[in-house]
Amino acid sequence: MHIVVCIKQVPDSAQIRVHPVTNTIMRQGVPAIVNPYDLFSLEEALRLKDRFGGRVTVLTMGPPQAEAALRKCVSFGADEAILVTDRAFAGADTLATSYALAAAIRKIGENEAVDLVFCGKQTIDGDTAQVGPGIAKRLELQLLTYVSQVDDLDLAQRAIRVQRRAEGGVQVLQTTLPCLITMLEGTNEMRFASMDNMFRAARAEVRVWNREQAGIEDVARIGLKGSPTVVSKVFAPKAKEQKAEMIETESDQPRDIALTVVGKLFTQHAKLRGGLAKKLA
Amino acid sequence: MSEASAPARKPAKGKYELDERLKAYQGVWVFVEHEQGEVHPVSWELLGEGRKLADTLGVELCGVVLGAPGLRTRRFCDEAFFHGADACYLVEDPVLANYRNEPFTKGLTELVNTYQPEILLLGATTQGRDLAGSVATTLQTGLTADCTELRIDPDNRSLAASRPTFGGSLLCTILTLNYRPQMATVRPRVMAMPDRDAARSGRIIEHALHLLETDIVTKVLDYIPDARQDKPQLPFADVIVAGGRGMKKPENFQLIRDLAAVLGGEVGASRPVVQAGWVELDRQVGQSGKTVRPKLYIAAGISGAVQHRVGMEGSDVIIAINTDPNAPIFDFATYGIVGNAMTILPALTEVFRQELALAKIAV
Ligand SMILES: Cc1cc2nc3c(=O)[nH]c(=O)nc-3n(C[C@H](O)[C@H](O)[C@H](O)COP(=O)(O)OP(=O)(O)OC[C@H]3O[C@@H](n4cnc5c(N)ncnc54)[C@H](O)[C@@H]3O)c2cc1C
Ligand SMILES: Cc1cc2nc3c(=O)[nH]c(=O)nc-3n(C[C@H](O)[C@H](O)[C@H](O)COP(=O)(O)OP(=O)(O)OC[C@H]3O[C@@H](n4cnc5c(N)ncnc54)[C@H](O)[C@@H]3O)c2cc1C
Repeated sequence: MHIVVCIKQVPDSAQIRVHPVTNTIMRQGVPAIVNPYDLFSLEEALRLKDRFGGRVTVLTMGPPQAEAALRKCVSFGADEAILVTDRAFAGADTLATSYALAAAIRKIGENEAVDLVFCGKQTIDGDTAQVGPGIAKRLELQLLTYVSQVDDLDLAQRAIRVQRRAEGGVQVLQTTLPCLITMLEGTNEMRFASMDNMFRAARAEVRVWNREQAGIEDVARIGLKGSPTVVSKVFAPKAKEQKAEMIETESDQPRDIALTVVGKLFTQHAKLRGGLAKKLA
Repeated sequence: MSEASAPARKPAKGKYELDERLKAYQGVWVFVEHEQGEVHPVSWELLGEGRKLADTLGVELCGVVLGAPGLRTRRFCDEAFFHGADACYLVEDPVLANYRNEPFTKGLTELVNTYQPEILLLGATTQGRDLAGSVATTLQTGLTADCTELRIDPDNRSLAASRPTFGGSLLCTILTLNYRPQMATVRPRVMAMPDRDAARSGRIIEHALHLLETDIVTKVLDYIPDARQDKPQLPFADVIVAGGRGMKKPENFQLIRDLAAVLGGEVGASRPVVQAGWVELDRQVGQSGKTVRPKLYIAAGISGAVQHRVGMEGSDVIIAINTDPNAPIFDFATYGIVGNAMTILPALTEVFRQELALAKIAV
């Protein structure tokens, strides 16, 4: 069985600081990590490999530094890593991104057919959750998003059964391979990197593909050119016409402050008082 | 690419001339999402917002209902009219009994190609996101995710969809200029629920989908509904008391719980507190958590970062407690208290308890 896992390198949001004056994000020194949601998908892929045998290839599109994220995935147990990198990809929106990744997966499949593709549920930077469905559509794979559990995989029948999170419950879905799965967060826990795999990762050869090597002919469909969405402006959220009414009291006693604010609340928003009382009655 | 900023391409300023072929696309559509016989309220919220867009453009607002025959689909169309739609596109087919990506993508794509709307809005739910990504890719058009504001750009009549940018305290506006339809998703509770007017009616436009069950690969074997009381219901709570990193340690969250209990409300939290494991994931308010619109939101030790703000600024009344008089939350709260949450919260709990006891007698 051959599984491809798409991963994205993202800035570690826990380390991001916002410039207090300009309100822009200070990127310097922010470490890059594997998109946390992708690790649930990678772990699920590795578990399937443990049970059914086969190989796991990790794939990313990004700048040359993204190689580090791929090595991290090899240290967890991925067999092979491919970095698709080319200046022509810069500025891609999700439509252009799924076009490039789908082409690369097709290329990967030329050597060994791909049975399963995994994507993360979403990233923590672009945060759109659109790339997975996009890749599935382009490769005509059955799409299984928000999967909380893979119940069963029958390689002989090429059948897979999963549980998928819906809004008010869980759908149990049955489909055939090849398919694309995005895993829900918290559904498994990433294994520790073994000593062997850490050594392997350090030495692993990450294959680097440019546009042509990834099998992309049509430059009009990648990068900025291939992106229908355009960012027209970046702005600070509207200041409300009115800032908060600050509660001033003669004493600094918490009780006085509480009495003042509750008094204002219940006179200026009289309905709220009645509503609360009714609910609690 | 993986640069942590939105693609920095700016459209030419001023008037923008749309391709002749694309001018045929007219009208604002809202996908009416349903599961187990119930429409997701986000669809009505989107109709409310879609109404404003359609009025600005001077075009019709239409609902789109896909479902199995007899599945109350006509009731859903009526409800769409009550919530502002002028017309509804209705596809009834047995293959649409439960949501599945393949037949719904085919159905919605076919409708768009046949009737050509200029704007298509969907809820950013597990169903809406699954469907929107597939449909936008099939149609080869732009899709803006999780918008917090939708407007019509007066320069070019296109949809200006805004969403928070990564990490900063800024929002960005995204346009889809030379492609139609312009697609966007919006999370539940971000837009206000419009008034329901049962006197309204509209046209139903039926469309037949020629799909055979045998052609659809994925089968729904079962549906296991969530137990109702399993999860906190933050999005529909009337009162939320939320704590942030300023609460200092997990034990202090008891002060938040006490106040929430007195008010019959839910406990909410900012992301750092959820990530530290002080409270459950389901209680996170904000861009990557829940969007809420309670009548009363009390925020203690929360600075008011834009990612938190977009999740709660639709609240009717916001009371903010913060030691820092310059905390951004005071820019958009209703009432601000500069002070230590650890002493203010218990005092509030006590005063609310007394006040409400009095009010209850009066009820
Ligand atoms: C603030 C901001 C807002 C944006 N808004 C939009 C928007 O509304 N619409 C739009 O079309 N684009 C938008 N973009 C651009 C978009 O982020 C990029 O196209 C990005 O390359 C992929 O989208 P994502 O990060 O949202 O991925 P998602 O769709 O959230 O990612 C889902 C999964 O796809 C896989 N994946 C995604 N990117 C890669 C990659 N480069 N390599 C390998 N696997 C990958 C991963 O498995 C990932 O977990 C925005 C970007 C930013 C920074
Ligand atoms: C992609 C992305 C998505 C995000 N999504 C979310 C999201 O969904 N929800 C969310 O909340 N955040 C989200 N964030 C994080 C967000 O940017 C902020 O970092 C976060 O909201 C800050 O949480 P906070 O206000 O609790 O902490 P801080 O910003 O550290 O604020 C703590 C506040 O407590 C005050 N304080 C300190 N001591 C006291 C005291 N004794 N009494 C009263 N006040 C006190 C301080 O003055 C300060 O204002 C996201 C970030 C990113 C990059």
